[in-house]
Amino acid sequence: MSNHATPQETTVAHDHAAGDHGHGAHGHGAHGHGAHGHGGRPGWDFAHPFPVWGLVAVFISLLFLTVITVAQASLELGGWDVLLSMLIATIKASLVVLFFMHLAFDKPFNAIVFVSALFFVALFIGGTLSDSRLYSDVLEPQYDEAPAELTE
Amino acid sequence: MATSATHAGYAADNYLNHSRGLASWLFTLDHKRIGVMYLIGILTSFLVGGLLAMAIRAHLMAPDGALPLTNDQYNQVFTLHGAIMVFLFIIPSVPAALGNFLVPVMLGAKDVAFPRMNLGSFYLWCFGALFLVGALLSSGLDTGWTFYTPYSTTTDTSVVLATFGAFVLGFSSIFTGLNFIVTINTMRPPGMTWFRMPLFLWATYATSIIQVLATPVLGITLLLLIAERTMHIGIFDPEYNGDPVTYQHFFWFYSHPAVYIMILPGFGIISELISVHSHKGIFGYRFIAYSSIAIALLGFLVWGHHMFTSGMSNLTTIVFSALTFSVSIPSAIKVFNWLATMYKGSISLTTPMCYALSFLFLFTIGGLTGLFLGTLNTDLHLHDTYFIVSHFHYVMMGGTVVAFVGGLFHWWPKMFGRMYNEFWGRISAAIVFIGFNLTFFPQFILGSRGMPRRYATYDVEFQGLHQMSSIGAFLLGFGLLVAGLTLLHALFKGKLAPSNPWGGATLEWHCSSPPPHYNFAHAPVVGDPYEFDHIDYDRSIDGYVFTSPPREVLPKTPQAEPATAKDSHS
Amino acid sequence: MATTEALPHDATAEDHDHGDHPAFLAHHFDTPEQQFDSGKLGIWLFLVTEVMMFSGLFCAYAIYRAMRPEVFVGSSVFLNTQLGAVNTGVLLFSSLTMAWAVRCAQLEQHRMLVGMLGATLGCASLFLGVKSIEYSHKMDLGLLPAGFYSYDPHAVHHHEGLSPFLIWMAAPFAIATIGLLVWYVIAKVRKNAFQSLVAGPLLAAGLSFFAGVGLGMLLESGESTEGVEHVSESAEESLAEIGPLVGEEEGIHRQDPVEPTGVEPIDAADAENEPAVARATGVVGQLAQQETNSGVRQQLLAEERQAEMASGRITTSAEDVTGPVGELVQAIDTPRLGGVFFSIYYCITGLHAFHILVGMGFLTWLIVRAARREFESNYFGPVDYVGLYWHIVDLIWIYVFPLLYLIR
Ligand SMILES: [Cu+2]
Repeated sequence: MSNHATPQETTVAHDHAAGDHGHGAHGHGAHGHGAHGHGGRPGWDFAHPFPVWGLVAVFISLLFLTVITVAQASLELGGWDVLLSMLIATIKASLVVLFFMHLAFDKPFNAIVFVSALFFVALFIGGTLSDSRLYSDVLEPQYDEAPAELTE
Repeated sequence: MATSATHAGYAADNYLNHSRGLASWLFTLDHKRIGVMYLIGILTSFLVGGLLAMAIRAHLMAPDGALPLTNDQYNQVFTLHGAIMVFLFIIPSVPAALGNFLVPVMLGAKDVAFPRMNLGSFYLWCFGALFLVGALLSSGLDTGWTFYTPYSTTTDTSVVLATFGAFVLGFSSIFTGLNFIVTINTMRPPGMTWFRMPLFLWATYATSIIQVLATPVLGITLLLLIAERTMHIGIFDPEYNGDPVTYQHFFWFYSHPAVYIMILPGFGIISELISVHSHKGIFGYRFIAYSSIAIALLGFLVWGHHMFTSGMSNLTTIVFSALTFSVSIPSAIKVFNWLATMYKGSISLTTPMCYALSFLFLFTIGGLTGLFLGTLNTDLHLHDTYFIVSHFHYVMMGGTVVAFVGGLFHWWPKMFGRMYNEFWGRISAAIVFIGFNLTFFPQFILGSRGMPRRYATYDVEFQGLHQMSSIGAFLLGFGLLVAGLTLLHALFKGKLAPSNPWGGATLEWHCSSPPPHYNFAHAPVVGDPYEFDHIDYDRSIDGYVFTSPPREVLPKTPQAEPATAKDSHS
Repeated sequence: MATTEALPHDATAEDHDHGDHPAFLAHHFDTPEQQFDSGKLGIWLFLVTEVMMFSGLFCAYAIYRAMRPEVFVGSSVFLNTQLGAVNTGVLLFSSLTMAWAVRCAQLEQHRMLVGMLGATLGCASLFLGVKSIEYSHKMDLGLLPAGFYSYDPHAVHHHEGLSPFLIWMAAPFAIATIGLLVWYVIAKVRKNAFQSLVAGPLLAAGLSFFAGVGLGMLLESGESTEGVEHVSESAEESLAEIGPLVGEEEGIHRQDPVEPTGVEPIDAADAENEPAVARATGVVGQLAQQETNSGVRQQLLAEERQAEMASGRITTSAEDVTGPVGELVQAIDTPRLGGVFFSIYYCITGLHAFHILVGMGFLTWLIVRAARREFESNYFGPVDYVGLYWHIVDLIWIYVFPLLYLIR
């Protein structure tokens, strides 16, 4: 373990990596399946770092949307309230999934896997909730003894 | 062993003797050894569950109960029979035991994608089994394997222990499925395209999809049930404004697809068995492959058919009833294709083929009686009767278990390098077939006459049919005993197996019996898995050999570049 | 998807592969990319299971919210939006540092990788610190799952000293932090650079739990002394009015819970005349009286507004009160009504907090490995996988926050 005890930045050794990918000089699209510019064998050197400015931009958008959703909660929007806050949450979630989780540049199969899971979530919640809505009015609610002061 | 140690197919250095000692098994990362350990655990559970079934049938010999069991004890016996058979045996049976052994070999890979997770999943299975057995030893369990609320929140038996056990077993199942999906996606060697995969792999893949998608819902359901019992959270418990029908929605969203976790791998086995032992290419390969995926996906749309009488709204029952019929289409496609495969094939009536044939018969009955239950008005009459019991035993036992036993006979020479006694194997298949029908066919009649399930006693008028059923059950148990003894005998006294005793074309028949530690000395060249033209019987080794170039093992420069590596660069 | 033909790559690749098979590459994989892709698909599938698992809880939420909207609106008064919002921000920031950590691993910026992982761990810890205040505060009030629910609106909630629940929740972190402090000092004294590199971020994470506790106390304190009592009073009065509705089966479902009603919020006039700041007592009250403590003043006023709006909206119009079962008066803060809300609240946030704890374990493991410089441009999978797990935990919170803390 002591041989690890002299940490020292290895910026020099991997300048090429930073130079190639670090500053987002080429757009996001280039990260997906771009040519491997290191002359390496297939199956090596496949990392595509996401630029820092992109990460920070996503984070700021997320914070901004959080502020918006807190603000809209105090507005009187009636039934749109829930829809709007869920819409904002979904935008936030998409930002996280697409950029922080790199799904925008990932293998399409991973995206299919994840999105199809959402379909099954919708199926489960939709099926159960819609049935519950249809019969719940025949359920007999159980109540606790009301506090004495409230029964007048 | 000493006599023919130089047998053509038998590998002197194989996965069984590659390393020695108990620790080399307990900490192994080899998928084949993990599969064998699973097999031991699963067969033990099957034995326990089977003995419980014998106790149930023995008790039902007399209208007031033939065994000295109280009604409460009877409830515990059938609950444990169900819970052990479902969670400990049938769900992991084919995928975890046979699948673990076969998936990488059939695929031409060195191992599953995550060997450590694979071993972890086995130990999770053991851990979950301990909890279930713990429930048995503490205060039992009498809820039925479904743990329906509100009974499960009020009974004073060990619901928490048992549900926690099932929760852990669920994770074991998820990890197995996840491992197979990744293995099949990323570990295929060059040439192994999706449509050159044996149908067993397609079935395993479809099963794995269900395991990954549905099992977590069971997990959260059981966690909520535990919370309901310990804290009265009021989600399922009507005493606290909870809704038991919601519990059933949650439970069956997993457990109907779980029915396909149980039967799909059986379909995969049957596809292999019928094609190999008919020595004829599978008919409608793509139809069978796609129908596996279709069953997996359609299986998520029909869970409500378990709840027709439990208080769902009328509209929902109608929708679920209609959707239920859609599942029968892909299942029927499979049966038709298997029949067409046998047509004009040169069928060898080996033991695996005998089991496959009885599968076809039993599964078809099981499937067709499902239509009676999917229809709303007949279900109102038949629900919670022996008709249901008989229906799902025809599918689960006549389908999955028969396929599993057939698969065991089929791959036993590959797994352990020994041939079993063909005569006793066939005898066992015949006894199982007769015993099974004698057990469960009378139950259809019992059910349609109104005999409810899960009762320890019954009216005298039902005694004749119940006794038939019990005698059939003992016969069935005896048949399985014969099968087990035949396989055990093969382990110790069987003659050494050639590498391809049946004339199969899939990759597992290319490696020695038993397979070497790394499965393949050289990466095999992948061809059509159901192309039998270049496989000839060789009398000298009593097995089959691959005769022409497409089948031969290729050169010294194995190409180990994974199929997916290409994808990412093209 | 795969291609049919075998790859025409050079035959020697396999031969010198053994010398080329680095330690990080498992024997059954051929290239680092295959290993990475396998792990990545594996972790995505695992995330699918996580999503499916949480979907059960969201489903329970949706069913009970649809069935008893008035309970949800009435009970969510007790949730502190500011704590939720702060925790949202903390988690979002941790997602940023986690994504950045993946980048560091890819670029082999080892020290920065440790830093980013440490920051993520710190945020996780901070989140749990705030959460512990939130939980202990509710537990003190008896706002527990239905079976244990013991909230009494009339009880006086003056808590001298620390909540026993808080002590139980903080004790493991306190012990860990002290242990880490000792370790860090020893590592520094012995000049063991590797150990200091590991112990430093861990110690910082341990301390940030208590920063979270402090932050949570600051944000919650106004409510814990006077605010909640006030909230509960106003809620109680309004509940007394909507009570009849609860018994009226038709009314529950037909009534739109979110629609504001014509009746003025009960305490609106009261609040205008007598600002919350003036009524707040105790330390926070004193703090709020000082001109410099505008934060606390605004906090109390905001809470006041929040409580009014919440309570105002569950007040229903007069004709509804005179329903057929008008004599059946029910308060919502009873075990069988409010208790179910808190059951769902604890189940969702509890399972989420459990995932945070598990994630902290993974992050610690990564910090140790990162300090050993085990990650490189061909082997950053573990960082990426834990990152994906961490993001899904964040993603679930993104939905939990509006559903539980912002509903009205
Ligand atoms: Cu079903």
